[in-house]
Amino acid sequence: MADKHVDEISGVETTGHEWDGIRELNNPMPRWWVYTFYATIVWAVGYMIVYPAVPLLTDATKGVIGYSSRGELSVELADAKAAQAGNLEKIAASSLDQIIADPQLHQFAVAAGASAFKVNCAQCHGSGAAGSAGFPNLNDDDWLWGGKPEEIYQTVAHGIRYAGDDETRVSEMPSFTEILKPEEIKQTAAYVVSLTGTPSNAALVEPGKALFEANCASCHGADAKGNREFGAPDLADALWLNGSSEQAIIAQMKAPKHGVMPAWLPRLGDTTVKQLAVFVHSLGGGE
Amino acid sequence: MSILDKHATLERNATLLLVGSLLVVSIGGIVEIAPLFYLENTIEKVEGMRPYSPLELAGRDIYVREGCYVCHSQMIRPFRDEVERYGHYSLAAESMYDHPFQWGSKRTGPDLARVGDRYSNEWHVQHMIEPRSVVPESVMPSYAFLKSTPLDLRTVAGQLKANRAVGVPYTDEMIENATADIKAQADPNADTSGVEARYPKAKLGDFDGDPQKLTEMDALVAYLQMLGTLVDFSTYDDTTGYR
Repeated sequence: MADKHVDEISGVETTGHEWDGIRELNNPMPRWWVYTFYATIVWAVGYMIVYPAVPLLTDATKGVIGYSSRGELSVELADAKAAQAGNLEKIAASSLDQIIADPQLHQFAVAAGASAFKVNCAQCHGSGAAGSAGFPNLNDDDWLWGGKPEEIYQTVAHGIRYAGDDETRVSEMPSFTEILKPEEIKQTAAYVVSLTGTPSNAALVEPGKALFEANCASCHGADAKGNREFGAPDLADALWLNGSSEQAIIAQMKAPKHGVMPAWLPRLGDTTVKQLAVFVHSLGGGE
Repeated sequence: MSILDKHATLERNATLLLVGSLLVVSIGGIVEIAPLFYLENTIEKVEGMRPYSPLELAGRDIYVREGCYVCHSQMIRPFRDEVERYGHYSLAAESMYDHPFQWGSKRTGPDLARVGDRYSNEWHVQHMIEPRSVVPESVMPSYAFLKSTPLDLRTVAGQLKANRAVGVPYTDEMIENATADIKAQADPNADTSGVEARYPKAKLGDFDGDPQKLTEMDALVAYLQMLGTLVDFSTYDDTTGYR
């Protein structure tokens, strides 16, 4: 700057700008600030050498330590797996009955299954596995498809009515709208209600029983206790999947709900599905 | 004349300063962004990715319209906690046909990048109608109206064309059959060979529990059920995508 101007009072040079006679002192930056600034520049250069940074023609520089976030993740996952290796290997090599018989392994499988359950199953079956309308409660001993460990494994692994799996469990209750008259549907529903409760009209029960034996017994059994071969629910207990009222039963007969559960084996793998089966088996209703 | 004096000229001329700043910012931007367009490893080479079927695309439009991205991300980051909860971390290839992408920046609800095939259609419909009937602690609003809103079929082919204009490889055949495909995919009684040939792995059948009507619920559930299911990870080598 041509006209250097020094402030008389402080003796400090000004910036040379002037606004209505007011000038600005040109104090230097504090030294610690300047050195920190230089240090960050040096750090940035070092960072560019050590970590992936500069884009070239087909690729970016990899950095001398070869870091990648995805590579780091794979190491972390491998470490986590290695920490559980003994137990995971034992579970992979054991049958479900062997896991349940070994207290230490059983405890590990139940804990691991509980955590997998919270991530993958709780959305439908509830965080306490109590289910909700249309999604079965897993805490009781009322099983649709069986409560033995290997039956639970089969259900979790291959799902129910799941289109993407050849081994999935399949059954389909037909709609009785075309098969029975509306009056007959009412009579059948009254009979089903009478098994555990009080029907709205006791006179309907007798003809309903005959209709049940002719139309429903082949799947639900003559005693209405259900058949796990077809996932046909027990109608003679107080546990209901889609509602216990006569209206709900009539609705189910007219337009049956066919619950779907995805197959989890492809997504979670054999070991986790085994852990889930053992966990669900441990909930109270396991056979 | 020192360089500092020249800088004074810049400071005293607003237009020059604006042009100069723009130049500097552009250089910074170009250096950071441009390489992503030519570097070969930006988008991983994977098998299975295909453009959205017309029904999925319509569902995606509803997803965007309803602002689902405000609470749900579609980006599983490469961290252990995310990978163990949601599945394999998201690949760039998985959003290459997204315009715009739905990565999101906030998770009030869970990440949806791999929600496909996780739950049944019935669950999705019930959850959309009354979220708290299946997840008691949920704060999601109800979207029950989707089930009673017929899907607007007038713009289907146009949506595909618009996506083609920005680089999604929709063929003429796909555009010609768009309206037929959108109906066939959600109709359990339709001949779906065309849909299956054009859009492998597409989920077929009725989604919203009412096979008679093609609703916005059908489209949204069809979209959710395919999310994250396309890439065949058995043929993908993770180490080729390290960065």
